[in-house]
Amino acid sequence: MTLVNLLLLAAAVFAIGLYGVLARRHAIGVLLSIELMFNAVNLAVVSISWSKGLLAGVVLVLFGIAITVAEIAVGLALVLLASRVGKSVILDDLSELKG
Amino acid sequence: MKDLAFIGLAACLIAAAFAVVTARSLFRAAYALSAVLVTTAGFYLLLSAPLLAAVQILLYTGGVLTLVVFALVVAGANTEGARWRRPVPAALTSAAVFLALAATARRIPATAPLEGLESGKGVGVLLFHDYLVPFELLSVLLLGAVFGALLLARKDRPE
Repeated sequence: MTLVNLLLLAAAVFAIGLYGVLARRHAIGVLLSIELMFNAVNLAVVSISWSKGLLAGVVLVLFGIAITVAEIAVGLALVLLASRVGKSVILDDLSELKG
Repeated sequence: MKDLAFIGLAACLIAAAFAVVTARSLFRAAYALSAVLVTTAGFYLLLSAPLLAAVQILLYTGGVLTLVVFALVVAGANTEGARWRRPVPAALTSAAVFLALAATARRIPATAPLEGLESGKGVGVLLFHDYLVPFELLSVLLLGAVFGALLLARKDRPE
């Protein structure tokens, strides 16, 4: 278990999440993939913090987790609103804001 | 022992991450995401951050998964016509991003990790001394998020 291995693992999970963001059609699927990417970033921050023997990274990730929970609450509220007003949660159907 | 745990957890993490983005049913994707989050909590334990592992499972896995499953039930997890949107460019893009990140990760100098970093007490001291103002601002942010989510999702709009 070395820092490079941990960072490579985090990079792999980040890339998988990016694929989900790009390829999913359902809005909640995209939100789940964003969570995946965020989780990978958290893992990388904690790994670097562990390797340097610093605790600030752990505190940063604590703040990040709380902010993510707020973000997912607002994001899901938007999805519910879209499903009621726009009658769809498939992102290709929600293109009214497109220029 | 730690290396063995690392390999096992890494295999679980990658498999669950693939399941999140490829599962046909979004409920399965949500459960796979909870597996990803719990596995990451295992990594936090390995990286001697047990407090973070507890927060991850209690707040993140519990809170986010409950919200997502609730939204899936209300909004409908209908996947008809929801196949992949241009999967090949998406896969190429994410592969390129992975290669760029991996090249960067290889250039970060590895230092000898400090074993037995006791984090619970240290994190508490940091949180309530050095980072007290951000901590309090966070409560305002959470309150704002709760009000915003309520405002967006309520049924009886005034207009």
